Amino acid sequence: MSAFLTDYLPILVFLGIAAAMGIGFMLLPWLVAPKDPDKEKVSAYECGFNAFEDARMKFDIRFYLVSILFIIFDLEIAFLFPYALALDDVGIFGYWSLMTFLGVLTVGLVYEWRKGALEWE
Amino acid sequence: MGLTAIAFYALAAVAVGAALAVISARNPVHSVLFLILTFFSTAGLFVLLGAEFLAMLLVVVYVGAVAVLFLFVVMMLDVNFAELKQGFLSYMPLGALIGLALLAELVLVTSATHGQGHSALAPPVEGTNALAIGRVLYTDYLVLFQLSGLVLFVAMIGAVVLTLRKRTGVKRQSVSRQVGRTRKQAVELKDVKSGQGLS
Repeated sequence: MSAFLTDYLPILVFLGIAAAMGIGFMLLPWLVAPKDPDKEKVSAYECGFNAFEDARMKFDIRFYLVSILFIIFDLEIAFLFPYALALDDVGIFGYWSLMTFLGVLTVGLVYEWRKGALEWE
Repeated sequence: MGLTAIAFYALAAVAVGAALAVISARNPVHSVLFLILTFFSTAGLFVLLGAEFLAMLLVVVYVGAVAVLFLFVVMMLDVNFAELKQGFLSYMPLGALIGLALLAELVLVTSATHGQGHSALAPPVEGTNALAIGRVLYTDYLVLFQLSGLVLFVAMIGAVVLTLRKRTGVKRQSVSRQVGRTRKQAVELKDVKSGQGLS
């Protein structure tokens, strides 16, 4: 196993512990807890009255807009990560290259702002 | 069998199992959750290959954002679950055909590169993955980098144009108007005599 993968060994251990705990806590009640279900016990409980409708309903389109705009800026940040490491190697050329990239996206941000897409009315 | 091999088989098994569950789960929301599990296991496979930057991107971008978006779409569609399952068999031939084509391409790629001195793996780099990408991304691949910026820009405008709806009849706060109001416009002092009201 290479030194690189040895660095990730703790994460593997964490994954193992997390999986063991998650599965264990689901298995244990199934094995040891008494089970005596009836219709009232297993039905959905909504603060005293019967459920009005299905929990699944249509959302406002603006949630979609917000999450799509989030993804775009998320990707923009992903493009910035390597620059933080390669700062010394890419020099002034890389700096202006990155600034152009950011400038284009800032124009987009200003467009969104002026259109009112960032506002929640 | 080393620990690396065990980790690979465990992650690969989870990835394949979760991918199967994505297409066979009865509830679309469960499908999306299995999709997130698939992304996570694939990120683990990337780490095993040494591509840690790609693994983290997979977690940040796909798990964090795209999966959330999928969930939104699934919830917004207001799908009828029973109806959704009906077309499963009729789509089967087309799906199988696409899968077979993909498999054939993968076999061709591996057989063409195998045993000829050059492998399908990229040559190892010095330092970390992200550093190696950063060294070439902003300089050697300048055009592609700027193009990706433009693609993001177009996506931004497209999303706004397609989904932004101004609702009428909503009382909205205008901060600049609110702050720009002077005392004269807003307050009026009246001298009220005792015993008389305001006329």
